[in-house]
Order: sequence, then C-alpha cells, then structure tokens
Amino acid sequence: MKRRDFLKLAGAASLAGCATVTPAKARVVVVGGGYGGATAAKYIRLWDPAIDVVLVERDAQFISCPMSNLVLGGFTGMQDISRGYDGLRQRGVQVLRDEVTAIDAAKRSVRLASGSDLAYERLVVSPGVDFLFDEVEGYSAAMQSGNVLHAWKAGEQTTALRRRLESMADGGVYILSIPTAPYRCPPGPYERVSMVAAYFKQAKPRSKVLVLDANPDVTSKGPLFKRAWEDLYKGIIEYRGNVKVVAVQPGAVRTDFDTIRGDVLNVVPPHRAADIAAKSGLITTNNRWCDVDWRTMESKAVKGVHVLGDATLSAAGMPKSGSMANNHAKIAAAAIVELLNGRTPQPVKIINTCYSFVAEKEAIRVSSVHEWDGSTLQPVKGAGGVSAARSEAEATYAWNWARTIWADSLT
Amino acid sequence: MIRTVLFAALLAASSVHAQENGRNLAAGCAICHGTQGKPAPGAPLIPLAGLPRDHIASQMRAFRDGQRPATVMHQIAKGYSDAQIEAIAAWFAAQPR
Repeated sequence: MKRRDFLKLAGAASLAGCATVTPAKARVVVVGGGYGGATAAKYIRLWDPAIDVVLVERDAQFISCPMSNLVLGGFTGMQDISRGYDGLRQRGVQVLRDEVTAIDAAKRSVRLASGSDLAYERLVVSPGVDFLFDEVEGYSAAMQSGNVLHAWKAGEQTTALRRRLESMADGGVYILSIPTAPYRCPPGPYERVSMVAAYFKQAKPRSKVLVLDANPDVTSKGPLFKRAWEDLYKGIIEYRGNVKVVAVQPGAVRTDFDTIRGDVLNVVPPHRAADIAAKSGLITTNNRWCDVDWRTMESKAVKGVHVLGDATLSAAGMPKSGSMANNHAKIAAAAIVELLNGRTPQPVKIINTCYSFVAEKEAIRVSSVHEWDGSTLQPVKGAGGVSAARSEAEATYAWNWARTIWADSLT
Repeated sequence: MIRTVLFAALLAASSVHAQENGRNLAAGCAICHGTQGKPAPGAPLIPLAGLPRDHIASQMRAFRDGQRPATVMHQIAKGYSDAQIEAIAAWFAAQPR
C-alpha cells in the first residue's frame, strides 16, 4: 500500500517534469559507536547516501571487546584492537563526540550532554550494557579502590587488569567470576581464563586460575574449552560451576556458603541494557533487556527507535556478540532505508560467528544462521555448529574476522 | 516446485527486489569477507567481489553438500537455499573488484 502510494507519487512527479525522483533527505541519529551503531551508520549511508546520519559516541576511539582477552594474555596490545572514526566520516557520517542523555520519542529528538537537541526521523540506539553493581555487595567501593575489576568493557579496565596480572607474584590466585546468562559474549569468560592461564604457564607457572561460574556449566563451546584446559592448562585452571559471587571484600570474594581468597579479583557483575535504554523506556523484559521486532530492530516499546546489539532481548539461540550486533545493524539499516523511501522492509537473514582463543595461536569457533519465521528470528536447523577441534587455522581466521569486521563496521 | 516457480516469478517481476535480497543476504557475509566482498588488506580469503557468479554458487553448494572441506563454510552454507545462494552469488559477482 505504502509502496504503491510512493510509486504513484513518483509517477506524478515525473509527469510534472522531474526527470529523477530523489526522496526527501531525512536524518537518522545513531546512539553509540560500537559494533552495532558504527555498522548502522555506515550501512545507511552505503545503501542510501541521500539520508543524513549523525553518530553520537562519547569515546574518541572504538576499542574492541573481542580480542581484548589477548591483551590480558600479553599476546596483543591495546593499539591493535583500537580503531578511529575517520572512516565513518569519509562515508559522510557526522560523528559527534558527545553523549545522548535523553530521548524524546514524541518530539523525535535527542538531548546531548553538551546541551543541544538533535531532531531525527529514525533513531538507532546501540548502547551496549551497563552493570548491576548493586547485585554484588561491596562492588562499587572495591572497584573504586582498585580491589576488583570487571574488564568487561574493553578500555582502561583491560589495561588495569593486565597490569594486575603482571604484578601478581608467582603462586598467586586469579579469580574470574561469571554472572548468570544472559551476559555479553557467552564464550568470553572461558577465553579469558585460557588467555590468563597461557600467560601464567609461560611467566609464573605456580599460579592458579579459579573460575567461579554462576551457571551450572560452561555456557558456550564447552567440550572444546574443557579439552583445551585439560591438554594445555592442567593444574592451572580450576573450574567450579553453580558458584555465584554475592559479595567482594579486600583479597576475597564471597558466595552464600564460602569466602574464597584471591590475589587478582576479576568479578563480572550481571548487566542489562545500558542506562540510556533504561531511562528512555526501551527496556521491556526482566528490567534488563529491550525487545524488538526482528524484521526492523524497531523497539516494541517506543516507535521510531531501533535497538541493536547486546542491549536487545536476544532471540532464540542468539548470543550477545560483536558479529550479531553488526548483523542487527544491517537489519536496521535495510529497514530504515526502506521506510524512509516509502517501501515495506523485508526480513533479513543473518549470520553469527564467534572465535575464541584458547592459546596464543590456537582458536575455536561457533557459528549460526538466523532467519525470520513469521514472528521472530530462529536459528536455521542443520546450519551452524562449532569447530571440529582447536587449531591454528581457526586462529588465523579469527584475526581475519577481527580486522575485517572492524573495517566493515568502521570504514 | 510451485513455490520455486512462484519465487522465480517474483524475482523476475521485481529485479530491484532481487538485488536488494542479494545485497541483504550478502551483507551478513561481510563480517569475514568484507564490505561488498572486499576483505581487509592481507586477508587469507579470496575477495568475492567480481568473482564469476557460477563459481561462487558452485562453491557455496560444494561447501553445503560436504564436497569442499572447510573450517566454517560447510556449517554456514547449510543455512541457505539454492535460490538464496544464487542471489548471493549474483550480487557478489556484480560488485567491482
């Protein structure tokens, strides 16, 4: 119907003497320049250069969470996992270093921390996650005094955690506490302990890695991780399932039953869609996640706002990953271009691929394909799976994935 | 059969739609194969941009049917129908190298 109206309009315009019909320019504002937001900004410009795109990002640089565990192992540097926003500027995206503090969906405008308002036709919100620090007693104070780190957003905490591992004496204990799923990057914690164990094995072999997992078992690529730990890090990594950390104190974490001593405390608190989603009414489920229409990524709560990435209420079998956020962005970009040109969006089939390093030069992988089933995105049965075994080939493809997706999202 | 014919008819009826379908399907591949089939410099993958359509389609089917070994493509290719493989192949083949 809309499409027919648009064609009618187009016909009328050409009768009136216009040789070409250019759709009216519209402005899309994108909140957040991570895997989701950067990709959305780029692909809207790529698929319809007549649309103005403004990306609002509070940091000067993109720092990738994927591959940041290699920094903890000492196998790559922060500069290797950081990228600038000039590539998007060259695509005609206006990149503002600022922060969106409020969304007025009725007026279709956002408020910036710098004070001004920005109007939009369509808004993309790709804010990532914020932590529920209050769910772990003593966390905020311990974090401020440097006694606990999450390093679950790549950046200063990644560097700080690496320094703590370096300064820890041989024979020390590193504790990683994993929150109950869903959390950002399901295999990320297991990759992290592999990287820390690889470093200990090399540099301080009497040290231990203690994994306290609130989940009953390894949540992603379980057999592959456990095989690597058995083969490579026996006697270094100890894994305990169903152990939920409820409090932190200097030099120890507490569960409901025990106090467990550690020299480096890496407690990842539970998280939810980031604050801007919470205060804009975008959170729909369990006070944590944002439900969306998977044909368009449009919020089920707020019209005209498309939510991407880790902030979404994940569809079945869909991890909170960089690959997924990049693919969410392409669904949103395709839908927004269709809508702003008076056409009806079509569902888009998407792919997830997540690599995890288990040693400096060996990796494992999980993949899936997701398609619209009439009401949501579902994994395609019979497609996807995990690596046959850890390998150097997977590690080569992992670095290819990283460099290529950074370019796909940011240049 | 009828569905295939209908699908083909729909594709023929709207070439714009077909191109967008190929474009959108291929966009998912970009996380490893690069935007518009051009991977990052030094990548261990052959650029898909501008490869012959029949070659891309036959390799996708070979991955899917287990005739060509792979680390990942044998699992991903199983997610796509023949018509979708054709749409992806046509779109990559049409991209500038």
